[in-house]
Amino acid sequence: MSPHEPTLPDEWELVVGLEVHVELATRTKLFCGCANEFSTDPNTNVCPVCLGLPGSLPVMNGKAVDYAMKLGRALGCEVHGSVMARKNYFYPDMAKDYQTTQYDKPTSMDGELVLSDGAVVGIERAHIEEDAGKTTHIGGGGRINDAMFSLVDYNRAGVPLVEVVSRPDIRTIDHAKAYVNELRDILLAIEVSDAKMEEGSMRVDANVSVRPVGSEELRTRCELKNINSVRSMGRAIEYEAQRHVDLYNSGEAPRQETRHWDEDGGRSTPGRSKEDADDYRYFQEPDLVPLEPSAADVAAIDASLPVLPAARRARLADLSGVGPDVLSTVVERGQDGLALDAIEAGADADKVLTRLQNDVAVDDWSNLTPPLLAALIRMETSGELTATQAKQVLSDMVESGGDPATIASGRGFEAMESNELEGLVDQLIADNPDEWIRFTSGDDGEQKKMQGFFTGQIMKATNGQADGRAIAQLLAAKGS
Amino acid sequence: MSERITRDEVIHVARLARLDLSDAEIDEFAHQMSDILDHAADIEALDVGDIEPTSHPLPMVNVFRADERRPSLDRDEVLGVAPAEQDGQFRVPPILGEER
Ligand SMILES: [Zn+2]
Repeated sequence: MSPHEPTLPDEWELVVGLEVHVELATRTKLFCGCANEFSTDPNTNVCPVCLGLPGSLPVMNGKAVDYAMKLGRALGCEVHGSVMARKNYFYPDMAKDYQTTQYDKPTSMDGELVLSDGAVVGIERAHIEEDAGKTTHIGGGGRINDAMFSLVDYNRAGVPLVEVVSRPDIRTIDHAKAYVNELRDILLAIEVSDAKMEEGSMRVDANVSVRPVGSEELRTRCELKNINSVRSMGRAIEYEAQRHVDLYNSGEAPRQETRHWDEDGGRSTPGRSKEDADDYRYFQEPDLVPLEPSAADVAAIDASLPVLPAARRARLADLSGVGPDVLSTVVERGQDGLALDAIEAGADADKVLTRLQNDVAVDDWSNLTPPLLAALIRMETSGELTATQAKQVLSDMVESGGDPATIASGRGFEAMESNELEGLVDQLIADNPDEWIRFTSGDDGEQKKMQGFFTGQIMKATNGQADGRAIAQLLAAKGS
Repeated sequence: MSERITRDEVIHVARLARLDLSDAEIDEFAHQMSDILDHAADIEALDVGDIEPTSHPLPMVNVFRADERRPSLDRDEVLGVAPAEQDGQFRVPPILGEER
């Protein structure tokens, strides 16, 4: 748990389930050949099918089904036969007055997601559905309930989605965040979505409730919508949980509803009252035939899956002693292959990983080959380069390529001979007798201050090339 | 004859559909909807224990199209048939104002 994890009063436990809508990165929409691409020019990617014009018929995009099954298998789900269903509702974001989705027979069920710290969150289902159009509410400050009228853009209507529904297994905000990050990493690894929360290609709704610690009951939950970032999700969950606790403490209870997260105001407000599932009058979509993947289809999908982030982190963890944060970052950036090869080439594993985490936070590190990285790390661990020098050389290597030895000598980073350094220290002591006395006979605070002074002077004299540890040792030896 | 659908249920469904029904219409639809359910009950009474449930009338599965673009419609043509438009978009009444 991070030190900033907000906590509920001790006697309450947070219970969260997440529903994540993932836009699949197909070229076309789910049921028609309109482009699946973000366009600022409204209603340009529309046709009779996605406008629900009479007489039009949907035809399933095979690629979308492949992607959905791939995601299902990556989440450890059973992937089996499924059927599409109509979810009927009256709202102008779907011109058909229903959304084509999956109901009682979803494509993927019963999986799990392993978080970076090893915690496991159950996946209830991951079903295929189409996205709705985008409505803009005009008047009354853009709030849905006060709108004078609404404008509708159907470019997004019919875009293929997979909705991933977790079980209510999440107990902390950190785990909620880790869940979203892990899901995003998996989506990127299996290349079915660009998974950009800020652009809406990954949208998170959070079902939040609280219960007394020790209880196993599931109390009334509220579904939070309009969450635009992982950070915003954390704030929204925290606010909502506290709201529930306050209600219970004052003898009231929350009611089951959808609530709208207001990021600027830092609060949630009631949205549409949650219609019962029955009110959607789900029924099987008569215009689409069932999806029946064979065992061979599923096996082919399994064979096409890359090594997933959790397994990649585990591989690095086996070789090193760094913390889960470092592993996550390196795997997230896709630098784990580079790290493994550099470690294989003999470089110190912890050093490789921490250098990558701290100093290679860039999109393009193609100049950095495993042998070159390994060579640099070896120069650092052997003392040929100080930490500061290694950092600078690495930065040059990432920027323009080249081997560390050449870059180091080009920058004048020759390893400083220890007698050379000692000479410098002696000279400084001679030049600054008062400071030296304060160093040798002052109290702890004074000694620290003077050590800082001498170290600073030596760094200045050597353009930062001296090794801080060596200086400290020399000062201590001479002062004793 | 006892009605399978109550007036309250008609009012509930009408609200979901944003329909404003008169008292007479509520009675009329309650009656009609009950008749439909009576018909369904007749079918339900049949013994179909040995018959596989039909998820689709056609004996087909896995009908897919390739993920290839096809031309979309011209926007002016699309919005030309809309009751109201503004800024290249469909303009519709605020639907949810009643649900606070
Ligand atoms: Zn279309």
